[in-house]
Amino acid sequence: MTAPPPIAMLAELTHRCPLACPYCSNPTDLLTRDHELDTETWADVFRQAAEMGVLQLHISGGEPASRPDLVELTQAAAEAGLYTNLITSGVGLTPKRLDALEQVGLDHIQLSLQGTTADLADWIGGYKGGFDRKMKVATEIKNRGIPLTLNAVMHRHNLDDLERTIEMAVDLGARRLEVACVQFHGWAETNRDQLLPTLEQTKEAKRIVSEAENRLRGTMAFDFVPPDYYSDFPKACMGGWGSTGLNVTPDGTVLPCHAAESIPHLKFDNVRDRTLSEIWYKSEAFNAYRGTDWLPDPCQSCDRKEIDFGGCRCQALALVGDASATDPVCHKSPHHQKVVQALEAAMNTPEQDLVYRKLPTVSKQVV
Amino acid sequence: MTLKLLAGDRPFLPRGVRIIDDRVRGGKVLLAPEKAVALDAIGEAILSRVDGETRFDALIADLAATYDAPAEQITGDVQTFLVGLRARMFLAVHA
Repeated sequence: MTAPPPIAMLAELTHRCPLACPYCSNPTDLLTRDHELDTETWADVFRQAAEMGVLQLHISGGEPASRPDLVELTQAAAEAGLYTNLITSGVGLTPKRLDALEQVGLDHIQLSLQGTTADLADWIGGYKGGFDRKMKVATEIKNRGIPLTLNAVMHRHNLDDLERTIEMAVDLGARRLEVACVQFHGWAETNRDQLLPTLEQTKEAKRIVSEAENRLRGTMAFDFVPPDYYSDFPKACMGGWGSTGLNVTPDGTVLPCHAAESIPHLKFDNVRDRTLSEIWYKSEAFNAYRGTDWLPDPCQSCDRKEIDFGGCRCQALALVGDASATDPVCHKSPHHQKVVQALEAAMNTPEQDLVYRKLPTVSKQVV
Repeated sequence: MTLKLLAGDRPFLPRGVRIIDDRVRGGKVLLAPEKAVALDAIGEAILSRVDGETRFDALIADLAATYDAPAEQITGDVQTFLVGLRARMFLAVHA
């Protein structure tokens, strides 16, 4: 089938990050610095992306500010004509660097929020002092007038602070607040029993967001990602596999979504070996779940098949053991019981320590 | 809160929102934080008159003259379009 050109690209410049969030969207096998693409290769990838029709570039990580060449990379992206969005914890963004980023044309910052107080945020982020540094950076961003989205990642331990989170976002001058409930892949899957919110929390969150949306119309816009385990229908992951976006990992591997490497039978190509365009249009991994022809039943005969495309492939694999199954979040899935059981298990698991993400120790090669 | 524009409001695209030519797909696209909206001919006609100086009533008059349509008729459509953008924070106004 012929795929449309991609609209958005997520560039994971590095897996390094001063924070250690237990729901990090990076894979559990993190790449160390020695695997990262160099400045010129990234710049070339940005140019290729723009030429094939990518409009939005999300500069992410890990913590993208951990890359010493962040300003150069942002400049290369802006010069390629991409809309540049920096997804950051704020740690490592000094006033001087913010000035430089503004100067080279950074369009927007998405700042993550782990919690509304230093105690909570630093516990979740696993980084003492992180909250205070983030608040300083947020003030610097506000003073400069750089368009800001606050990305509040929500779960059982901070959903009860949602009202305060919304207040903070308004105070920080955010134009947009993402209330992003944790999706259970990678590190979050490891910590699922400790992070899944309760049904009551989920209902309350929906009520609070909908009220705040009305109250703050014209002041702040909302994007709400509810916890999908409580949904009747699955999320349309990536708006459909290989249809709108792609993800480049720190070592140049190109993925249809950030968790796709969890699907063991797929082979993913690398920008060091093939052009981005070849990978997008011709690679096996991108064509594996494109469109709707591959869909199993009950999706094939479902009137929502062009809406959710069978849901999330990584979630089907994680919960059903088959990446081509219907996402078991869907109440029509023959495996929906797996989600019900996971929720029950999580609600009955006593409180335990969180498993924080961490990089493997670099093994020194002796020549 | 109503986001309807008043006659004297001067709408503008805030920092971080801009219109570009889509070199690959053709046409114009409104780029905003983490969003891209393909503009149809009507959207393009409206937004090409949004410059932070032109008043809403003048914008309507200009569109009415250009497209030879009654101002009352197009006011509703333009309001709907601009209010939608304001709610998403893609458009602001100088009062």
